[in-house]
Amino acid sequence: MLLRGNESRTGLFFINLNAKIMNIFSSILLAFIFFLLNPLSLYAQPDADDPFVVTIQQLTTKNFNKKSRILQQLEQLGDPRVQPLLQHLLDGNLYYRKKDKLMVTAIKQDDEYLITDVTTSENLGSVSKRKLKKIGINNTLRKQLREAIAKLSLAHDDAAVRLAAVQQLTENMTLDSVSLLRARIKSERDDGVSEAIHTAIALFDMASDDKAIRLQAIQALAGSLQPIANNRLNALLAKDSQGQFVEPDKDIRLAAKTSLGEIETRLKLYQFIETVFFGISLGSVLLLAAIGLAITFGVMGVINMAHGELIMLGAYTTYVVQLLMPNYIEWSLFVAIPAAFLVSGLFGVLIERGVIRFLYGRPLETLLATFGISLLLQQLVRTVFSPLNRAVETPIWMSGSWEINGALSLTYNRLYIVIFSLLVFAVLLLIMKRTSLGLQVRAVSQNRKMAKAMGIRTGWVDALTFGLGAGIAGIAGVALSQLTNVGPNLGQAYIIDSFMVVVFGGVGNLWGTLVGAMSLGVVNKFLEPWSGAVLAKILVLVVIILFIQKRPRGLFPQKGRAAENS
Amino acid sequence: MKPSGFLLSTLMHDRGGKIFLTLLTIVAVAVPLLNMLPETSAMHVSTYTVTLLGKYLSFAILAIALDLVWGYCGILSLGHGAFFALGGYAMGMYLMRQIGDRGVYGDAELPDFMVFLDWQSLPWYWYGFDQFWFAMLMVMLVPGILAFLFGWFAFRSRVTGVYLSIITQALTYALMLAFFRNEMGFGGNNGLTDFKDILGFSLQQDSTRIALFMVSTLVLALVYLLARFVVNSKLGRVVVAVRDAEDRARFIGYKVESYKLWVFVLSAVLAGIAGALYVPQVGIINPGEFSPLNSIELVVWVAIGGRGTLYGAVLGAVLVNYAKTYFTGAFPEIWLFALGALFVLVTIFLPRGLVGLLSKMKNKNNKTGSAHETTG
Repeated sequence: MLLRGNESRTGLFFINLNAKIMNIFSSILLAFIFFLLNPLSLYAQPDADDPFVVTIQQLTTKNFNKKSRILQQLEQLGDPRVQPLLQHLLDGNLYYRKKDKLMVTAIKQDDEYLITDVTTSENLGSVSKRKLKKIGINNTLRKQLREAIAKLSLAHDDAAVRLAAVQQLTENMTLDSVSLLRARIKSERDDGVSEAIHTAIALFDMASDDKAIRLQAIQALAGSLQPIANNRLNALLAKDSQGQFVEPDKDIRLAAKTSLGEIETRLKLYQFIETVFFGISLGSVLLLAAIGLAITFGVMGVINMAHGELIMLGAYTTYVVQLLMPNYIEWSLFVAIPAAFLVSGLFGVLIERGVIRFLYGRPLETLLATFGISLLLQQLVRTVFSPLNRAVETPIWMSGSWEINGALSLTYNRLYIVIFSLLVFAVLLLIMKRTSLGLQVRAVSQNRKMAKAMGIRTGWVDALTFGLGAGIAGIAGVALSQLTNVGPNLGQAYIIDSFMVVVFGGVGNLWGTLVGAMSLGVVNKFLEPWSGAVLAKILVLVVIILFIQKRPRGLFPQKGRAAENS
Repeated sequence: MKPSGFLLSTLMHDRGGKIFLTLLTIVAVAVPLLNMLPETSAMHVSTYTVTLLGKYLSFAILAIALDLVWGYCGILSLGHGAFFALGGYAMGMYLMRQIGDRGVYGDAELPDFMVFLDWQSLPWYWYGFDQFWFAMLMVMLVPGILAFLFGWFAFRSRVTGVYLSIITQALTYALMLAFFRNEMGFGGNNGLTDFKDILGFSLQQDSTRIALFMVSTLVLALVYLLARFVVNSKLGRVVVAVRDAEDRARFIGYKVESYKLWVFVLSAVLAGIAGALYVPQVGIINPGEFSPLNSIELVVWVAIGGRGTLYGAVLGAVLVNYAKTYFTGAFPEIWLFALGALFVLVTIFLPRGLVGLLSKMKNKNNKTGSAHETTG
């Protein structure tokens, strides 16, 4: 009775669940079909009512005045297809098919022409030239087209397109383009684009006959980050072969000098910001690499020379995850992070239970044994994956860079890694300070015997702590796979740096690790332009060696009872 | 002659040392003799093998140097490869200057790589290296001074244990990065090579190679005796006390730092001498010798042989390097697996190394040193 009742209830539950799943599923499916059909309904069947189609069909006329009027109409349409169409017309790639007067773009390929429907962007295969008729244009139309394209680009929804259009116009300014830009500036919302427009207008005004306007233009250029502004201002200060200034007016030269000075200060500021960012980026990589070590070395007092190889295992896990899901590279990192944590963490637990457990209280021997493990892991990876570097793909959302202005752009992968490392740090801090595992870990690290007497399973805590540190090394590997080559030697490159960070920051102190990593990263990047990358690294190493002599317990030494044991 | 009498009496009580020195003498005499046999003979030892043995012997000196600091003083240096390489570079610089105008570019003054880098004159730190005595002085002075400065800072601020190990590793790592730079004037990536002759004898000639081998055996024997003398002296006793209970030794009134520094510098000088013997036999010195991996491998030789015995270090160095030569030739894949496993197994199961294992077996069977003969 009881059994049956249970059965039927579970059965009901499953039916219910099934219905729910089906419901969700069908709605997803519907949305998907809708999504598929939507663009088709727009493009696949050219609508007789589509004003775009109706208007461009009239372009088949031979009368240039008529064409000019049609172009004006097209410009008013506000259709996204207009701008490419005009560009094709300007480039002489616009044709119509003789048999049905269908507007196409044609690209010559061998003897045939590869044609594409202008309205639907549908590929129509290749045809011979006899079946096509070119839409002719003359010089008046060309001028009109150029202006129309510039105007349309300036009104484009994408700020990057607008910026490109402005830069295009800046190259060769005319009275017309200036009036276009002057009209645009009133409605421009994007800071970058409006700055570019201001620069363009000022550059044009610099060539004016009116001295007041010129001075004003030069002042307006102050602080512009575009290279062209810098060049033009420098040109004003140039001397000819007789040693005379090319620019006769003294006031103008003075103004140009001031503006250049301002540009330089701004450039220097942005360079400074960029260096700081690079430093923080390097620091976050160091932080990721060192933070797992801060747990195993700092909290447990175990020297794990195989830490670098645990990082490497994380990077290889990313590679394997990407192999397993080649069609979902965008999502691969989100799968790789927990996977790498598990893989490296598991290896960590194995190392702790298999080797380190027997060597507690013998730090030098632990160092040697874990070094042996690192050799084993390296060779394992060489045997399984080959000694060559493996290519790990970067998802699209991580590539590219964030262009803040002409002088400053930050790459997305570094930006995300900075954020990611801070997140990992925060999570780890929470685990150590707020969970019972963290409490037990701290208890064991402070006084093993007393912790044991209070009922903490010290062996179990050791294994978990080591696993946690190792797992975080694996996560660091996922991040590193986006920055460097993934090869068997990946870990070796980071092990010494990681130890330096932990020792510099102060053993047993996570905040110290954060400060240590960031300051080492920033100092390294500031030294680099002055002394070269390798020498910077050596200098930093020497400074740390000297620093440890001065303060053997690091920046933030442990105080109180915890310090007595270390 | 009190020191020699002291030495003799210590040797009388050093059973392993006696066996080791006897074996070394046999090798030093037998190998050149066997080399003189016609090549068709089954007993013939090729000059290649002689040079290989010479290389092992220079490694053995290095191992004794490390055993002095690690086995007797408890300082695990992961940067002893740096002292070895510095000695090697000093020797290499002398050999470079001996090439004279026989280099590819034929410059009488500048080594090839400097001509290649378009340097106009010899950097100041290359002065004097055309003199053999000066180069030999530098072989000992440069590692010694570096060890003195490093140790002076480290021991005075009481950096001990693992911290010291890690910063010695950082030291050799930093030196490696530095020597990789072309601007340093030590040949950058390629290091120093293409040596022609030493003290006027061609390095390509068999007789020179045999002589180098014999010098290596002699130096090894002397180094062993010196190290044995040091560890058996009163100073050596204090050093062992520092290893076992540093704080207690300090409270009794010994200047722990000075003792540590003394042993550390002596060890670095010996490592430098080992490097100077290594370079002419191998024919090249490059920044790879500074790599932290080399220094750690060196630690494993000593660990496998058995630290704190001196002859154990020699045994470990020769055995591991023989295994390395064999494996990298026969099964290159396996070598790192084997080395890694050795690290783990020896530290867990053989804390006193092979020598410890042998003496344990001897105690069990209560037999006399025949076991030594078979493995030595």
